[in-house]
Amino acid sequence: MAYEERNVWSSLIVSVITMVVYVVLVLQQAGGGPLTSVDWVPLMLWTIGGGIVGVIVLSILWGIITGATGQDGVGTSDIRDRDISRMGSRVEQAFITIAGLGVIVLCAVNAHVFWIANTMFFGFAIAAFVGCIARVIAYRRGLV
Amino acid sequence: MVKPTLVTNVIREHREAAGLTQAELARQIGVTRQTLIAIEQGKYSPTLELAFQIARALSLPLDDIFQYPEN
Repeated sequence: MAYEERNVWSSLIVSVITMVVYVVLVLQQAGGGPLTSVDWVPLMLWTIGGGIVGVIVLSILWGIITGATGQDGVGTSDIRDRDISRMGSRVEQAFITIAGLGVIVLCAVNAHVFWIANTMFFGFAIAAFVGCIARVIAYRRGLV
Repeated sequence: MVKPTLVTNVIREHREAAGLTQAELARQIGVTRQTLIAIEQGKYSPTLELAFQIARALSLPLDDIFQYPEN
């Protein structure tokens, strides 16, 4: 597996875990009550921070294991990686745009700030997830 | 579904005839072994520059390595 593909897998795994952890924590804190009463700011910030650290740690550990087992391509990327990355970014942008439009609509109807912030948060998270899926498919099935 | 490319190549045949491994040819043209595998299998269309590098590394003209159907 190429170095950049490993990084994409790391991002994919961590993005799924962080989304699930965030939802569980919010639902736990809500305790069956209204979600808008949840103190979501620290939860979201910790989730974002944890996600960033998680991707870095997982990529480093995976790289160390791969390097120790003598597999090639450690720490190197090339033009195919850049092409796949660009394609993934285009997919991501589509989902970020949808989330942005959702935020505008929520603002227009004076929705609670909880829904506005979480729409944007999940917009970013789903965009990252779908972008990673697109990249993984390109690595596995090809990009022509 | 990924749209298949019409460009085909015979890199593998010429590489093996030249006695080069995938890792050696990949190193010569400055890509990872995985990228060379993807090119050989038709899963990635190389840039024109990369195609010329492959041809030069195998000491062959571009047309001998890459083919495009007439119709």
